Amino acid sequence: MARLKIDRARKYFGSYTALDDVSIDVEDGEFIAVLGPSGCGKTTLLRQIAGFDKLDGGEITIGDRLLSSPERHVPPEHRKLGIVFQSYALWPHMSVAENVAYGLTVAGVRDPERARRVAAALDLVGLTGFAERRPGLLSGGQRQRVALARCLVTEPSLVLLDEPLANLDVHLRASMEEEFSRFHERTGTTMVYITHDQAEAMALADRIAVMDRGRLLQLASPSLLYREPANTTVAGFIGEGMVLPARLLSKPEAGHCKVDVLGVEAVMRCRSDQPAIAQAKICLRARDFSIAPGAGGLAARVERLSYQGGYFRMEVRPLASEETVLHLDAPEPVPAAPGETIRLDIRDGWVIPEPELAA
Amino acid sequence: MSLVDAATTRTRVVETGLLWGLVLLVAALSLLPIGRLVFEGLAPGGALSTSSLGKVLASQTTWTATANSLVTAIAGTVLAVLLGGTVALLTTLTDIRARNAFTFCFVLPLMIAPQVTALAWLQLFGPSSTLLKLIGMAPPLGSRNPLYSREGIILLLGLQYAPLVFLTLRAGLRALPKELIEAGLAAGASPLTVLRTVVLPLMTPPLIAGIALCFVSSLGNFGIPAFLGIPGNFLVLPTLIYQRLAGLGPGVLSEVAILSLLIGLIAMVGILLQDFMLRRRDFRITTTSSAARPFELGRWRAPVEILLWTVAILILALPFLGLITTSLIPAFGVPLNAKTATLANYAYVLLEHAASKRAFVNSFLMSGAAAILIVVICVPLAYFIVWKKSRLLRLLNVAAELPYAMPGVVLAIAAILLFLKPLPLLGFSLYNTIWIIVFAYLARFLVLGLRPIISGYLQLDRTLEEAAQIAGAGLLRRLVTIIFPLVAPAAVAGALLIFLTAFNELTVSALLWSSGTETLGVVVFSFEQGGDSTYASALAAVTVLVTIGLMLSTLLFAKKLPQGVLPWRD
Repeated sequence: MARLKIDRARKYFGSYTALDDVSIDVEDGEFIAVLGPSGCGKTTLLRQIAGFDKLDGGEITIGDRLLSSPERHVPPEHRKLGIVFQSYALWPHMSVAENVAYGLTVAGVRDPERARRVAAALDLVGLTGFAERRPGLLSGGQRQRVALARCLVTEPSLVLLDEPLANLDVHLRASMEEEFSRFHERTGTTMVYITHDQAEAMALADRIAVMDRGRLLQLASPSLLYREPANTTVAGFIGEGMVLPARLLSKPEAGHCKVDVLGVEAVMRCRSDQPAIAQAKICLRARDFSIAPGAGGLAARVERLSYQGGYFRMEVRPLASEETVLHLDAPEPVPAAPGETIRLDIRDGWVIPEPELAA
Repeated sequence: MSLVDAATTRTRVVETGLLWGLVLLVAALSLLPIGRLVFEGLAPGGALSTSSLGKVLASQTTWTATANSLVTAIAGTVLAVLLGGTVALLTTLTDIRARNAFTFCFVLPLMIAPQVTALAWLQLFGPSSTLLKLIGMAPPLGSRNPLYSREGIILLLGLQYAPLVFLTLRAGLRALPKELIEAGLAAGASPLTVLRTVVLPLMTPPLIAGIALCFVSSLGNFGIPAFLGIPGNFLVLPTLIYQRLAGLGPGVLSEVAILSLLIGLIAMVGILLQDFMLRRRDFRITTTSSAARPFELGRWRAPVEILLWTVAILILALPFLGLITTSLIPAFGVPLNAKTATLANYAYVLLEHAASKRAFVNSFLMSGAAAILIVVICVPLAYFIVWKKSRLLRLLNVAAELPYAMPGVVLAIAAILLFLKPLPLLGFSLYNTIWIIVFAYLARFLVLGLRPIISGYLQLDRTLEEAAQIAGAGLLRRLVTIIFPLVAPAAVAGALLIFLTAFNELTVSALLWSSGTETLGVVVFSFEQGGDSTYASALAAVTVLVTIGLMLSTLLFAKKLPQGVLPWRD
């Protein structure tokens, strides 16, 4: 019933395309993160779902109810959604309880039902006893909880969260992340979570929609996104992937194929229908390298070492391709000093299926 | 499905209805009166004719008054720029102490009615000056009060509007990024060189804006030339219009309409000239940052502070001392001492004199009604202008400036033209009722409320409204429960500004009042014209006290306001 369906959504600001044919299907009860750098269109997408802006093309439906299309626009107040804003947007002239009760009052719910539900919502976010406080007197984390309680008290079928942790201290983020997770489990509400922080998205979401320059680049589970990025942008954006040109040497066989990268032969994962093209791109992670004891593998000069606690992050330049910088994690003690040449084995990697995403 | 449709439609009807209601209201308050006036100028009495036009333009009085208007307005502006500009530079850029108190005192004359200022200064000089008699320095009886002259008018216009230049220049100096000053100093320039080569050139826009504002205000001022010019038959355009209308009645309406168009035209030239001068060069400031660190005056600090406070005392305390002393004597000319001092004048104007008592009620009610109604109009109006970015209302925003930018007599004459005849359909006339004055107040002071409320909106995080919208609240509910409480401080500041301005106003009501609808300004004016300076002084002193009291009361919530909303607060 509450399935959110975004179908070929388009939005222009003048000549600038803010949303370019974005389609996302969100299952009932699913937790979706929309991830991307600032300016990628994720906030525009949220404002389309909420109904603050009008759509220039495509459709947005919840269940069988058409909310947005170029011809039809249901105003935000009739969409029955919940939003947790980045700035919390708590009304400073109302107490915590009044903030939470507002949506119920608007919907015509009266005391004692209203008071009961407000108390239950505050209890759920652990703010019992704060009902009469003013939002101005609360800490950042407490404000976030009030915003969450306010949004959930009306039991919306869909909750939008706009970078809800961006304004919190690092140590508070972890505990709020947990809170959101628990919340989602307990209420089973469909959630769309906007963020630019991939660690947050990975930790929370069932699926992540990666966006860039108004386009949806890939929609997949966190693990799939990390292991099998669909294109070079996602590969580079997620988990600091290194994108390198490569030549495919064999047809895929049981999900693997042979490639030639930087003059070295290696076996990598690939799609079973991956065509053998000469100009392929592969994605490597720091942990895909290991330092070779012998004289085989990829020769590279150590450029820089930085200690990360327990291991070194090592930047190297392959001798075969001086302009490429690779990075890998080397355990203590330090295996080589800057300027020295080492040899690397490539143990794993992924052949990117759509290296050139249609611009 | 159909339920959602109905709700969506209802939302749209409410929003569109409110928008168009506001459009019509603002148009009725700004475009309608000015349009009616222009129509009268082209077609007096409804028929195309140039006979009134020819009559007015052929009259020598018209041109004498125009010349007088121009001379006093320009000279008054020069004086105001010299005084206000110097004070603005000193208080904003240097490290003088007690800046807030000084700002309050220096801006005070602006909030006090021009006719009260005129009355106070008249009491200071002249052979009957109670204050001068008190110290034995009164000029001999029979000598003329030196203020009854062109120079007197220029002096008082300059003093009255110096705060205008001060305020616009100070706002400009505040926006000046400190890096620009520091870069100049770092390049080795002395503070004075930086002032001359960096600060002043960049201050051209606010200075020109201040000059234009000052010129238009001086041109439209009625109180000062009415008190100082009419006795010596030195007429400017506003007083000429007043005399014609007061002496001959609505029969000369077409003629005074042309006169007021003439003064409107001069004001317009002033405003356009400002626009033209600002367009010629690029004055844009590219960065924004905190205000500059004040220049240290060092050993000059104390002398400069003494100088500034002397100016404040001269232009503020002294005339009001004159006003107070006159209000305490039993009859004009009697010296003030322990035996003669009396509060009888106050008792008379507050308790006995019927018109004066009525005027208190009228002024309080009309100013209060105007203040409240304007806030009620401006909160949704600013919502559409700032957040909905309605293009139509942005144009009307400019239109709303018109009745305030134009001299008050222009609007007053327009209101008479508009309401002299019975209203269509309703069949009664607003002329000679308090409603014509309320209408004129609404039209003239709308922008006084709109500006602070718009800056209030600009300070608000719009997600506060969006959160209410997501919670299901429609526009009207959001306006009442969320938006209004959030812009309330700015709205209250705007309302007070409107109330104070209307409460002290004379220009509009002098032309629109009738028996029973007197305002305080009108009664002070009639007392003075009838030779009852003691009553006039007592009544004026009361209005000054009310004004200062209300201004001080705003300091209680000033911390919640956007900077620059209250002119008298630093």
